[in-house]
Amino acid sequence: MASRLFNPFTMDEPRRLGITLVMPSVIIVFGFLLFPFLYSLVLSLMNYDLARPQENSFLGLRNYLQLTRDKYFLNSVVVTLFFSFVSVAAEIVLGVAIALVMNQRFKGRGVLRALIIIPWALPSIVNASMWTWILNANYGALNALLSQLGILRAYKPWIAEPGWAMIMIILANVWKETPFTVILVLAALQGIPTDLREAAVVDGAGAVRRFGSIVLPMIAQIIMICALLQVIWSLLHTFELVYVVTRGGPYNSTDIIPMRIYWQTFKALRFGYGAAMAYLAAVALLVPATFYIRAAYRVTVD
Amino acid sequence: MGSTLRRVSRRTLLYAAVILIAIGVLAPYAWLVISSISTKIDLLGVPLKWLPAHPTLENYRTLFLGTDSALSQGMSFFSRSMLNSLIVTFSSMGVCMLFGVVTAYAVARLRFPGRRFYLILLMGSYMMPPIAIVIPGYIILKSVGLMDTQVGLALVDVTFILPLVVWIMRGFFLSIPLELEEAARIDGSSRLGALLRIILPLSAPGLVSAAVFCFIASWNEYLYAFLYTSMRARTLPVLIGEFTTKVGTDYLKMAAAGVVASAPPVLLALIFQRFLIRGLTEGAVKG
Repeated sequence: MASRLFNPFTMDEPRRLGITLVMPSVIIVFGFLLFPFLYSLVLSLMNYDLARPQENSFLGLRNYLQLTRDKYFLNSVVVTLFFSFVSVAAEIVLGVAIALVMNQRFKGRGVLRALIIIPWALPSIVNASMWTWILNANYGALNALLSQLGILRAYKPWIAEPGWAMIMIILANVWKETPFTVILVLAALQGIPTDLREAAVVDGAGAVRRFGSIVLPMIAQIIMICALLQVIWSLLHTFELVYVVTRGGPYNSTDIIPMRIYWQTFKALRFGYGAAMAYLAAVALLVPATFYIRAAYRVTVD
Repeated sequence: MGSTLRRVSRRTLLYAAVILIAIGVLAPYAWLVISSISTKIDLLGVPLKWLPAHPTLENYRTLFLGTDSALSQGMSFFSRSMLNSLIVTFSSMGVCMLFGVVTAYAVARLRFPGRRFYLILLMGSYMMPPIAIVIPGYIILKSVGLMDTQVGLALVDVTFILPLVVWIMRGFFLSIPLELEEAARIDGSSRLGALLRIILPLSAPGLVSAAVFCFIASWNEYLYAFLYTSMRARTLPVLIGEFTTKVGTDYLKMAAAGVVASAPPVLLALIFQRFLIRGLTEGAVKG
């Protein structure tokens, strides 16, 4: 620290330069992100209809009160939590397992490592359309495959049955998001010194023991960050998957919160009510976001 | 004897797992590609055959060459959307890289009031749910007349990609030894001169990584494009969404469009994989 203070390098008005350099992005982030975010708070306290601006009025907390009694919204909360929790659990367990396999030595390892990034890079709308096609009741590949393997006797309308629709949405989501976990965990696994493992082998530790007492502690932090990112991501960015594959149905069984906000805002044109819902979701998200920021800040700053 | 047997069965198990992973990762996308070069007759047969009898590029041809209406200005809807996607992606990428790099330099190397606060704010903005921004954003864009324009959408894209660039570049800048920069400054170079001549060339992998992230994030973006654009400025993802959500889905066209739309991000990710992975780990962001 002291050497930094007496460094000629940090003395020539870094303050002024720093502020100048940061200014454009401050304006962008404040202007286009924070301002709308605060604007959204105001909207959430109003009855706001784009088509009938003369009827816009201040409601106070009435939108929020109504939310606590809105059975569709409450359903969406449950659906979202279920979707998110199961997706992330699967993404972490599968991701770590796949990373452990891919950390072994085998022929074609380089190729597989390269290819695993494909689902991650795929536009999410393409992922959604692709699964709609695969899950198609009459001509879908899943039905064809399962019946040719003899597992399924008659073609099944996967997304027309509430339970299956949710499972399929989770499957499509897990397929796309797991590679992210694999990539990060694999990078962490490669950072583990090999002599540490060899020492454990020499000491006679079995595979399970080695994983539990050497590997797991060394990748625990990255798994934690991964899980938080996946939770936040699944809560924020799953609109198109549900919108395209199930439209929230059948019987609202996949009606996640972003879908509900979309219906209320852009279909029912209740901008204020939609904003209240979005605001509540954003505030709830602060919990995992705070954990993430603390964890990632520790990694990148310290 | 026993240990050889164990080693052999271990290898078998490993390869079985590897094959399972490979199929799991590739099969869905492979089916999209196969569908895109098939004809209706190939795909609607029961039992389904997994490879087309007569592979064809017809689905791609109709995407690019069909002129759907006068509204698309002589191009097919598809070509028009692709052009929109390219314009929005490259302009938001340019803005993000320029402002992102100087901001990252400032927060990595300079001490100025509010630096820490700004860092946390940036990270927080990355956590901001798009769905909470979408509604006021809609009203704002409408009131300034930027609805259904490439400029409007590019601006919106910048807001969520810029923090990403700052995080990635900051990580790379921090990993460059301070002494290199100091040496240049003792030799009479200005701070920005040192940034241009010393730091940027050294962080070329970071620049590549950030640029590819920008491209993929903007090219793949759906929600904002879906709500803020329609006939004039709609991007490829929006058009693809329309293929599947409107009545009378044409799965062949959708498959071909999906392959075309996914080709740039998939190829970029495959080519620049190493850079991307470093970016993911340096920035601790999701992309």
